[in-house]
Amino acid sequence: MWLVKQMQFESLAEFIQMGGHGAFVFSVYIISAVVLIVNVILPLRQKRRFFADQAERQKRVMREQS
Amino acid sequence: MWKWIHKFGSPRSFYEISENYLPWLSGVALSTIVLGSVWGLLFVPGDYQQGDTVRIMYMHVPASILAQSSYLMMATAAAIFLIWRIKLADVAVQAMAPIGASITFLALITGSIWGKPMWGTWWVWDARLTSTLVLFFLFVGIMALRSAMENRESAGRATAILAVIGVINLPIIKFSVDWWNTLHQPASFTLSEKPAMPVEMWLPLLVMVIGFYLFFFTVLIMRMQAEILSREYRSDWVLQRVKQNVVG
Repeated sequence: MWLVKQMQFESLAEFIQMGGHGAFVFSVYIISAVVLIVNVILPLRQKRRFFADQAERQKRVMREQS
Repeated sequence: MWKWIHKFGSPRSFYEISENYLPWLSGVALSTIVLGSVWGLLFVPGDYQQGDTVRIMYMHVPASILAQSSYLMMATAAAIFLIWRIKLADVAVQAMAPIGASITFLALITGSIWGKPMWGTWWVWDARLTSTLVLFFLFVGIMALRSAMENRESAGRATAILAVIGVINLPIIKFSVDWWNTLHQPASFTLSEKPAMPVEMWLPLLVMVIGFYLFFFTVLIMRMQAEILSREYRSDWVLQRVKQNVVG
């Protein structure tokens, strides 16, 4: 395809080097991945905790009734 | 129209409808971001001036665009809440603030990491950077204000007013590169002009921008769902779901 020219790097070592700027480029991608993943994990945890708390509450209510 | 808003604007129907779309949305968001990242990291040619550091652009520019427009969306939801008192809009404001804060943080930190090799400094107090920092503090301030207030109704109103007032900052960010002398380059994308970049550089960038938006809506729905559950924990439909969750 004309848009995707070709892989820009000849070897893995060259890819990691990033023309001498590897530390900058990869820290950006790693930090971005962390920020995005945390954004997914937080609401998942909130939801799971909600259901756990509510299940606990219902059990307590049922115990008190019996 | 009003009937429609009342039907779909209720937290319950939002929850039920969004539940059906969430798996698709999150799948498309994830694949778009993965596609854009691989494209940007491996296949985009290095810039003739910036070399391989130009690959930082594929995270920094989408994050910056989303940081600003997420604020605009939050302020719009805040205005809707203030005018029509639609509860769902308040849920949206509450859900968007932390996402916006984290994305603005990402824009600042990636910009800083890009600035070091290109400008020779992590940070300058110039207009674009400072106004983006103000945007970050606005998001954080809105979160702090809400958590500082006991009553949900007045907390919602106060944060909504702050969010609407903070919109003043958006044109300052937008035009900061034109109004003041700055190290920061002007906009990469405009609606009226062709991008200055060649297509093999801006197309993956566009993919990333779309990916970030899809991601934003995915995590927004997730947060709104969690918030709706905890706000409506006494209503029948939530109790029903709790029971199902225990059995299943």
